[in-house]
Amino acid sequence: MTAPDSTAPDLDSAWDLHPQVSVRPEPFGALLYHFGTRKLSFLKDRALLAAVQSLTTAPSVRAAFESAGIGAADVPRYQSALGTLAASSMVIERKQ
Amino acid sequence: MTILDAPPTGTAAATARATPAAPVKTQRLVDLFEYGLDSPICLTWELTYACNLSCVHCLSSSGRRDPRELSTAECKAVIDELERMQVFYVNIGGGEPTVRSDFWELVDYATAHKVGVKFSTNGVKITPEVARKLAASDYVDVQISLDGATAEVNDYVRGPGSYATAMRAMQNMKDAGFTGFKISVVCTRQNIGQLDEFKAIADEYGAQLRLTRLRPSGRGADVWDELHPLPEQQRELYDWLVANGENVLTGDSFFHLSAYGSALPGLNLCGAGRVVCLIDPVGDVYACPFAIHDEFLAGNVRSEGGFQEVWRNSELFTRLRTPQSGGACTSCSFFDSCKGGCMAAKFFTGLPLDGPDPECVRGFGEEALQKRKMDGSIPKPEGDHSHRTERAPRRGVPVTLSLTRPAHPPVSACEENPLAGFTPGD
Repeated sequence: MTAPDSTAPDLDSAWDLHPQVSVRPEPFGALLYHFGTRKLSFLKDRALLAAVQSLTTAPSVRAAFESAGIGAADVPRYQSALGTLAASSMVIERKQ
Repeated sequence: MTILDAPPTGTAAATARATPAAPVKTQRLVDLFEYGLDSPICLTWELTYACNLSCVHCLSSSGRRDPRELSTAECKAVIDELERMQVFYVNIGGGEPTVRSDFWELVDYATAHKVGVKFSTNGVKITPEVARKLAASDYVDVQISLDGATAEVNDYVRGPGSYATAMRAMQNMKDAGFTGFKISVVCTRQNIGQLDEFKAIADEYGAQLRLTRLRPSGRGADVWDELHPLPEQQRELYDWLVANGENVLTGDSFFHLSAYGSALPGLNLCGAGRVVCLIDPVGDVYACPFAIHDEFLAGNVRSEGGFQEVWRNSELFTRLRTPQSGGACTSCSFFDSCKGGCMAAKFFTGLPLDGPDPECVRGFGEEALQKRKMDGSIPKPEGDHSHRTERAPRRGVPVTLSLTRPAHPPVSACEENPLAGFTPGD
């Protein structure tokens, strides 16, 4: 795996937004709020927002990235960003 | 009260997005926030000015209910709007919000509409039954006000019996299994020395400590000179926050202290009109909870376009989102983190908004305050809802006089006769 850090999700696994997380698009990207942990987070990038939003319908992280228009060269970076979100339970793995 | 308790963590996939030849400087979150957001991150909503207490430093000069306060239906309409705007949560305060007869109905309505609620209370209505109900909801958080770790210090500011009320509420919360509720402390000259004791109380009740700054707003203007921490206490507070800050919330209150050294955790930004605001009981929208004055009034939720129109297009908020002049502070090496401190604190102590904070740790505020005291003219907080506690005017005590001699001589306390005052045959 080329993941830059250990928490980065496998590209072939399927993920969801945590059911207690609310996403609000903003001009610079988006704000995320987790009602369970009461933590606020933000996405500084519209492509990351698109990827996060398509997780639920996508069969895999790779597919979500593709539908968000993220090119192969950028994948490791976005995978790492997703790992950061996973670490704070903003996104969770969907068991098939 | 405030405001942004959980400092947001950024997830930036695109920090290295620019080509190596022309790296783009990563924008800090705080820089983005200075231009304002489409919706507030959270907002303070004071549901009523009615309160069972009369704390001497009350930001909103609460006590008596305002007869024009928003009705249940109007409150629900505001919640609908917050849901549409995706405001994640509201900090409900007052007054004492729980004394509104529709309070629990409004809390339930908000959480059912995905607007989280954190409410501030003095604990008067937190019975064991209420605590159990609160513990069952993920979308409600509770903040109990306590301004002294001992009854003596607390009741001096919040009134007799208020310490016992708060402690009983905290016990009920603990017994109900509600962990992580907040204990909210306004830091004063009298309680800075009790920080460790506050922490111990929070630990004992499974709560989280929240420290905020005393503001010269509302009745706080009357007691600020007596209650605000002395310079050496500010240093004590800063050092304590640096040592214990990880698990202590501050509502981003103390960014003016960052000039002591490294910035404290948090946004370190005046969020007024940019990421936060205040809705008062009659629906007036102010830039921040500490600035209830016409100068900071942006509009009213009852007007056309409602809250969203005020938030997005009011003249005041638009102005607050333009880059601010640092004035006299611009040349200070700490301006980048301190940003000149708190707008409301400056305003209500009569200092210019583009100058130093009255509690500037470099002492510039102190100098400015001395000058201000020479020429007077300090803006008064508006809207006094205090209980009318002035004493009734003194009148003479009516005394009944008789013009004839009493039938028996008065019995004095020194009379030794056991039959004194006893008249047989009556």
